[in-house]
Amino acid sequence: MYIKVNRDLCTGCEACIQSCPYDAIVLDNEKAKITEMCQLCSACLGVCPEGAISEVREASDEKQTAEGKGVWVFAEQRENKLAGVSLELLGAARRLAERLGTDVTAVLFGAGSPEANELLHWGADRVLHCDDPLFSAFNDEPYSMLLTKLIKEHRPEIVLAGATPIGRSFFPRVAAALRAGLTADCTSLEIDPETGNLLQIRPAFGGNIMATIFCPHARPQMATVRPRVMKRLDYDGSRSGEIIKIDASGISSRTKVIETVKEVSDISVNLQEANIIVAGGRGMGNDKGFQLLHELAEVLGASVGASRAAVDEGWIPYRHQVGQTGKTVGPKLYIACGISGAVQHLVGMQSSDIIVAINKNPEAPIFSVATYGIVGDVNEIVPMLIKKIRELKG
Amino acid sequence: MRIVVCVKQVPDSAEVRINPETNTLIRDGVPTIINPYDTHALEAGLQIKEKTGGTVTVLTMGPPQAESALRECIAMGADEAVLLTDRAFAGSDTWATAYALSKAIELVGADVIICGKQAIDGDTAQVGPEIAEFMDIPHISYVRKIVDAKEEMLVVQRLMDDGYDVIESSLPMLFTVVKELNTPRMPSLKGKMAAKKAEIRKITAAELNVQETELGLKGSPTQVKNIFAPEARKDRKMLEGPPGESISTLVKELVALKCI
Repeated sequence: MYIKVNRDLCTGCEACIQSCPYDAIVLDNEKAKITEMCQLCSACLGVCPEGAISEVREASDEKQTAEGKGVWVFAEQRENKLAGVSLELLGAARRLAERLGTDVTAVLFGAGSPEANELLHWGADRVLHCDDPLFSAFNDEPYSMLLTKLIKEHRPEIVLAGATPIGRSFFPRVAAALRAGLTADCTSLEIDPETGNLLQIRPAFGGNIMATIFCPHARPQMATVRPRVMKRLDYDGSRSGEIIKIDASGISSRTKVIETVKEVSDISVNLQEANIIVAGGRGMGNDKGFQLLHELAEVLGASVGASRAAVDEGWIPYRHQVGQTGKTVGPKLYIACGISGAVQHLVGMQSSDIIVAINKNPEAPIFSVATYGIVGDVNEIVPMLIKKIRELKG
Repeated sequence: MRIVVCVKQVPDSAEVRINPETNTLIRDGVPTIINPYDTHALEAGLQIKEKTGGTVTVLTMGPPQAESALRECIAMGADEAVLLTDRAFAGSDTWATAYALSKAIELVGADVIICGKQAIDGDTAQVGPEIAEFMDIPHISYVRKIVDAKEEMLVVQRLMDDGYDVIESSLPMLFTVVKELNTPRMPSLKGKMAAKKAEIRKITAAELNVQETELGLKGSPTQVKNIFAPEARKDRKMLEGPPGESISTLVKELVALKCI
């Protein structure tokens, strides 16, 4: 494919030049010209008021489509505890499988039979389970070797994992080995009703832009999905299915996990499991401002989150950071105090059920995602809120 | 030790916005920068070199203009720079990018390859691990501390959600770094002089000696269907009036919703 400018139609208005994120369009004799900077990102398609810009597809763009069947979920575990995102993905996979008229398989490396059974209760029809000790701690090479082998044998059409440090680290190896397309950090998955392709929606450019990605030909279609954006199915202890034991013969590793160390604070985990999060941004003014938030969190039984600005100021450690480069959270209640709401922050918290925004700037973008907005000074409002809730709780 | 650091020149993404009317990018002179994570990767490479000896080569794939990013890296202390540039690479997704980079690294030669954990324009974190797979070497992502670096092995801490793992790897290997690992140094005066004079090695698609169908858009399993602006919430309620009043209303509503 390449992008073409019809020079007869071009009026030299420069609309396309403004739209190009790669500086790839220049004026040449008062007509737009696509230069070798072009990354074929398609951002310019459709901006031309004269319809002078089009994409040209070549015969070689068409490749053989490999067939495949079934939706797979890589079920992540750490110290025998299943990751929440894996259970959410079983819900997403079930929905996709129904659209495609196929079934759901969970792949579990490490852990034991109780965890394999849990996956059936959470919506898998089948579990491929390898409990070899080589897999008890996460290690990229054995994980990617075995998953690659299983996908080659069974040929699923879709394979999903959580966009966690584990999924984001070893899924790319699997995709590379299989020559499969992989989309990172998806926030939504749909099936294209016309082609049956998986449409994978994800933030790009630091969350300022959403993009829909698809794999026209390569199979399987692979994606990592952000935690807390998909809904779990209801737990059903009576749901049963098949558990198939997988042996690890021929799998080896050149890396060795010597030690797994838990950081003293479990805040980062708590943030993603929390029902209520009280988060602060630059508007809190200083670390004393954050003391107020800790107090509010205490009366609410909440965890404390922060925007990147507050973390960069050194008011609170990185593990509290919510957003594109921090945690994605989805609590029942998110109270954003003095957070302006850069899109990078919004992508990390906008799937929260109820969002309360307190900010002195009525134009702050945080209000665009808020359920309740209060315009005012956080240092005045937060203490009043603490007092009010204390009264309520007696 | 031959150390290769992969870098990317990116638009300063904090500045990139979308026009919600037309669903197109508003660029308006957004500056390009070296991907911030990659400067930490370069610092890691320089520190390993200072300990074990050897060379640090920076590598980027991009348009001819990416040469300026490479010169910045030389100013920071890199010994040499390689620019992988060709029209044939346009439209590469992470698969095709990693494939081309892995072939270029084979030409250059490497014992340790270092990448930033992800680039701030795509945020995929995929190219590093994919390069390792193509080269059939081990990789470790999210390195936050280098515990030990020797000729034949490396011990590092990998940042995880709930703490960190200590991992040992044989060489050759690839690792990706998070910002906590180090503080990138400023360019020195000597470095700036070297950057001006440095000869940048250019590698084209033909030199990689691979099938054209494995490169650029043709070699990319994924494609972008469309782009659009993130959605705003519809059920918003602004609570006005004096603070005491708005807080009472808020607390009442939250209690009614069983939030608190």
